[in-house]
Amino acid sequence: MPTYRNFTEKPLMSIQEIQAEIVDEFALFDDWMQRYEYMIELGKSLPLIDEKYKDEDHIVKGCQSKVWVHAELKDDKLVFTADSDAIITKGIIAILVRAFSNQKPADIIEADTRFIDDIGLKEHLSPTRANGLVSMIKQLKLYAVAYQTQLN
Amino acid sequence: MIDTGLNIAAIRKDFPILQRKVNGYPLVYLDNAATSQTPRQVIDVIVDYYSNYNANIHRGVHALSQQATDAYEQARIKVQKHFNAALPREIIFTSGTTHSINLVASGFTGFLKEGDQVLVSAMEHHSNIVPWQMLCERSGATLKVIPMTPEGELDMEGFASQLNTRTKMVFCNHVSNALGTINPIETIIRKAHEVGAVVLVDGAQAAPHIKADMQKLDVDFYTVSAHKMCGPTGVGILYGKEEWLLKMPPYQGGGEMIEEVRFEKTTYAGLPHKFEAGTPNIAGGIAFGAAIDYMNGIGMEAIAHYEAELLAYATQKLLAIQGLRIYGTGREKTAVISFNIEGIHPYDIGTLLDQMGIAVRTGHHCAQPIMDYFKIPGTVRASFSFYNTVEEVDRLAAAVEKARQMLS
Ligand SMILES: Cc1ncc(COP(=O)(O)O)c(C=O)c1O
Repeated sequence: MPTYRNFTEKPLMSIQEIQAEIVDEFALFDDWMQRYEYMIELGKSLPLIDEKYKDEDHIVKGCQSKVWVHAELKDDKLVFTADSDAIITKGIIAILVRAFSNQKPADIIEADTRFIDDIGLKEHLSPTRANGLVSMIKQLKLYAVAYQTQLN
Repeated sequence: MIDTGLNIAAIRKDFPILQRKVNGYPLVYLDNAATSQTPRQVIDVIVDYYSNYNANIHRGVHALSQQATDAYEQARIKVQKHFNAALPREIIFTSGTTHSINLVASGFTGFLKEGDQVLVSAMEHHSNIVPWQMLCERSGATLKVIPMTPEGELDMEGFASQLNTRTKMVFCNHVSNALGTINPIETIIRKAHEVGAVVLVDGAQAAPHIKADMQKLDVDFYTVSAHKMCGPTGVGILYGKEEWLLKMPPYQGGGEMIEEVRFEKTTYAGLPHKFEAGTPNIAGGIAFGAAIDYMNGIGMEAIAHYEAELLAYATQKLLAIQGLRIYGTGREKTAVISFNIEGIHPYDIGTLLDQMGIAVRTGHHCAQPIMDYFKIPGTVRASFSFYNTVEEVDRLAAAVEKARQMLS
């Protein structure tokens, strides 16, 4: 099993580089059961949202499971924390947070999300979960937009 | 092996979809309570209709229209006979249970007033709750609830204590989609009638397993969706006692449902056409008739018997899994197992089962009040049909155990 980067360390890599790294990691597996196993592992390392933010304001709509996301500006970078009551969902958020956390809001807004297709994740998610994934990406980008205006 | 005289291997050959693979595994389809699969005999009828006699019904002078009309009306008679309704015109073709219930809810708007009560069971599908809430908003009537027990059965004492002379309507499913409970509708109908209340029974989940007798039940309304009993999607029926269907105003206006249209006044067609505005799902109706033939060809009793054996086997296999709890443990059940494993989200289990080629449903099953009652976000629901096998139950149990290990 490949090792993955510690979330809290300062980014040495751009969003694109991280995304490429994630795609490479997923390509190492032979089948989707193994990839799900990996996602479950990733989920366990998700930087967890502070319990006090687990409220209506932080819920991402469109998931069968509950998802909460919080964003905070540290220096000029946006740091995401999140949680879910479903562990595979947590794994999916962990992938997104790994790609987008500790990055500048402007870069997050700019970033494309083709790596999700490159992983093949969408085809392997149920339609509700795929919708949830889209909502999650949207939510992260919305945070970036909000903080970008604050920075300007 | 379960020996009930049914040749399941031969039956499975009737269902083309059961031959396919999902995520590299032979499909194990255990989402029958959402939609059942369609046998070749029914698919053939749809293909034949569009290939040979596709035409609008009830209005053409030509041969195709006549043939389509005959086939459609034959299907109505098949449905009538199957459910033992007194008259073919008591069978209204609809797009399914949801449409059927909304039709009645709309029709009763003028019959209810402030102070009246309607009684709905605690284990209904949203489609047997929301139309009545809307009816209450329109009419000023109040919605009351028949309570449920921890076993997932209706609390019949609670039911009796809610009934009074202000109770005008009672709604209950014959079988709960989320739990599989078979409700004592005979008693509910009788007691409701004692106070003069009208009863609508949602038969969507019962129809694939139980042959309900409209005249014996003396029920006022009964609803069925074809897609849950080997028929196509988008078609179903409303059974209504003629007396009520005559009293209710039409639901939708349009073609087919009129006798004469003048700008001063339009007169409506007689039953069943009064409630069948517009061009219906003709192929669907005819194929629904074929689905009923197909199920009767196997035999509803043989089906119920086999599924009961399958349910008992699957219950025992699943309960052997650590931390697994079944919701809906009543004495009378159809082959539905709604479950959770302690500490694991149902959605995660469903996702991994799908990866192993097993189709189940997860979530609240359009019955949020039940989930609230048990204080859970949802369940994993495996629902069986007569074409499922003991080997498939074994695959389910093994896959659930594997998912449990991965997710713990
Ligand atoms: C008990 C029950 N009622 C109503 C419905 C709604 O049926 P349809 O979607 O066919 O209108 C369902 C289907 O899931 C059901 O299980």
